[in-house]
Amino acid sequence: MTAHTENRLAENRPAELDAGAEAPVFYDTDEHGHHPESGTMLGFWIYLMSDALIFAVLFATYGVLSRRYAAGPSPADLFDLPLVALNTALLLFSSITYGVAMLEAEKRRMGLTLFWLGLTGVFGLAFLGIELYEFHHMISEGAGPWRSAFLSAFFALVGTHGLHVTFGIIWLVTLMFQLPMHGFIPENHRRLMCLGMFWHFLDVIWIGVFTFVYLMGVLLA
Amino acid sequence: MFSNPDLAQILFGRLTWEAIPYHEPILIATFIAVALGGIALMGAVTWFGKWGYLWNEWFTSVDHKKIGIMYGILAIIMLLRGFADAIMMLTQKAIAFGPNEGYLPPHHFDQVFTAHGVIMIFFFAMPLITAVMNLIMPLQIGARDVAFPFLNNLSFWMTAGGAAITMLSLFVGEFARTGWLAYPPLSGADYSPGVGVDYYIWGLQVAGVGTTLSGINLIATIVKMRAPGMTMMKMPVFTWTTLCANVLIVAAFPVLTATLALLTLDRYVGTHFFTNDLGGNPMMYINLIWIWGHPEVYILILPAFGIFSEVVSTFSGKRLFGYASMVYATVVITILSYLVWLHHFFTMGSGASVNAFFGITTMIISIPTGAKIFNWLFTMYRGRIRFEVPMLWTIGFMVTFVIGGMTGVLLAVPPADFVLHNGLFLIAHFHNVIIGGVVFGLLAGINYWWPKAFGFKLDSFWGKTSFWFWLIGFYVTFMPMYVLGLMGVTRRLNHFDDPSLQIWFIISTLGACLIALGIASFIVQIVVSILRRDQLRDVTGDPWQGRTLEWATSSPPPAYNFAFTPVIHDLDAWWDMKRRGHAAPRDGYRPIHMPRNTPTGVILAGFSTVLAFALIWYIWWLAAVAAIGLLVTSIAHTFNYKRDYYIPAEEVMRTETRRARAMAAAE
Repeated sequence: MTAHTENRLAENRPAELDAGAEAPVFYDTDEHGHHPESGTMLGFWIYLMSDALIFAVLFATYGVLSRRYAAGPSPADLFDLPLVALNTALLLFSSITYGVAMLEAEKRRMGLTLFWLGLTGVFGLAFLGIELYEFHHMISEGAGPWRSAFLSAFFALVGTHGLHVTFGIIWLVTLMFQLPMHGFIPENHRRLMCLGMFWHFLDVIWIGVFTFVYLMGVLLA
Repeated sequence: MFSNPDLAQILFGRLTWEAIPYHEPILIATFIAVALGGIALMGAVTWFGKWGYLWNEWFTSVDHKKIGIMYGILAIIMLLRGFADAIMMLTQKAIAFGPNEGYLPPHHFDQVFTAHGVIMIFFFAMPLITAVMNLIMPLQIGARDVAFPFLNNLSFWMTAGGAAITMLSLFVGEFARTGWLAYPPLSGADYSPGVGVDYYIWGLQVAGVGTTLSGINLIATIVKMRAPGMTMMKMPVFTWTTLCANVLIVAAFPVLTATLALLTLDRYVGTHFFTNDLGGNPMMYINLIWIWGHPEVYILILPAFGIFSEVVSTFSGKRLFGYASMVYATVVITILSYLVWLHHFFTMGSGASVNAFFGITTMIISIPTGAKIFNWLFTMYRGRIRFEVPMLWTIGFMVTFVIGGMTGVLLAVPPADFVLHNGLFLIAHFHNVIIGGVVFGLLAGINYWWPKAFGFKLDSFWGKTSFWFWLIGFYVTFMPMYVLGLMGVTRRLNHFDDPSLQIWFIISTLGACLIALGIASFIVQIVVSILRRDQLRDVTGDPWQGRTLEWATSSPPPAYNFAFTPVIHDLDAWWDMKRRGHAAPRDGYRPIHMPRNTPTGVILAGFSTVLAFALIWYIWWLAAVAAIGLLVTSIAHTFNYKRDYYIPAEEVMRTETRRARAMAAAE
């Protein structure tokens, strides 16, 4: 009998032959329930990464089409950098105020948490207002998304980001109702964390948009 | 009906009576059959008073096992539709030579081949793979449910909504006439002005949301919810392949979503992403869609590889040969699947260097795949093989898949691809790997895990009948297509002039009839097994001498899966438990924390389906109503903080005692 077959037989040996050896613990008889919080944070991270891929496609599309002006306007003709800089500042400040809101939530101070969340929402709305003004201005000048492939890619990328900010604000307002209703319970803390990740994620995306679309568009034209 | 055409347009968009294809006898007959079947089904459910049961126990259920079964039912129904399309195409090709135009005019034939591809990939293969992953993976890791049970229910209903939209195009309007990936500029507004491409887009978008969410869900489940002691390298191979397939889903489906969204903008807003004019670039669509599309085929095949691994080790009575190499091969395939997309269009003209790169990466994939084949062979070597039905499918797969793999490597050579591109050789190749790999794998999985899901085995006579019809039918159908492809016949043709080709198409159609018998035998197998369920009953929960944890609980498992979470010490945990004489505790049960059922998933998917229908037909008011409904329902759902409950310890005790008594009675 070779060593190989011996091993195989040992593996398939019926339970009785092992009776001498003490069986290890096979069942967890002292369970403490599961902890969904950690699963949610991981799941939300994975969701954010999938969302990042949508932006990756839009950035790549913009990269391919960014010089396809079709004899229409180019970034240098269209972009108003000081206005976009202001807009960028608004969005970055909204991330700071969200961070302060989280710190207040850690200290379980409801009033201040709501105040900073509200301020975050105001900054977000101001950002959206300026973006809509910019879109309206461009379309009224004949530079709508149907004018050229460059403009199609621009509106798709910036517009998708703006749509995300809009949903972020809706979520923020919803949470501002739910926080006072239930207090700082684990569920609400988890939701604050998730919205925070979402909000900062949109900031990161915007830094990419500001750099690659606006700055490089104007400077490298 | 309306004298004021403006009012009709506001109310119904572009939906008119003309959209109902009452002048097409095939469609009318189909519609009558579907309507009668639907009425009979609804009538039966009403007659037996089962609506409440269906709603409470199934539609709103967040139990991963029930959701898995619902995915399975959806997939089998869609298989019948997709297969009907296949038979129609093949019979058309077999008769439409010379003066005979056949019975499918081009505008109908083009919809049929598009629908066949879309349905088979998105609404048969994907739901059935998801069914098996959902049903089995949580059991294999010793979990009580998935990480996000409500999302799981929502994912299923979104998939079902997408399928409903696609099916509706048969009776209201038309489906895309573009091929299953809807390449622009053909799929753009200029060349496809009708609703066909819009049905395609919205059907896939609705289903795609479900798929992405389900991917996130299953990854979080595997990473966070494994039983104590189950390190990554002690996970069953099927769980590994599920993990890799879901990583691929999360990393690929957003690309599909974004790409289809850009095509939607081109069609609805008039942008220029993929148009021929004003700077658009159609080849960008083809790159983007295959950046999703190539990983997609691995999303389908990896879980099938996992199924074969479980089956081959169980029915050879041996530990899987080369577990670690199997895991590494799976991960390597996962990564490589992102580096080969360009081989779908070598003819794009990207130059010799680019084509060479993608040709080589494609060939490299055959190395880890070959390693897997050898692992399965060595597992069988000197094993005590039991030729049960799942094992037959596995052996059929190994032979068939190797042939398909070799023709794939042939196509990976760019100069050869230039000759074979868009031809029947390609069609034969991918059916060879998808039927021989994915479908055989799913049928092996269904035969293997059916007793786990329902508590009785499937009848093996009809199972073997189904296997032999499928296997022989596959070869008779697709080997002639290899021949035709080598002779230069291209795909998607509904009429031929050269009469010497006809015999090959006739053989191919006869093969499809054999496959039809295979599918029929499969359905007979299920019906016969349900009728004979008392003879086929398994009370042990472990009918095949299984090795992994899903066999450690009863069949079907209770809602909570495991009364006590198992502790894992070895790979093949259940085998280890049996070998070392585990003893399940008979008391000390604790209340078990479980998620509560919710109707939100059905409602959200319902609104999504209505939204899609409204957007397809330009019924803007309805789209607005559905969108608001979606938003309000989503927000309302977040105000519900009571999402769980406890199964009392006494109920767990009753369930477990009943099972212990049944097992004792059987012995």
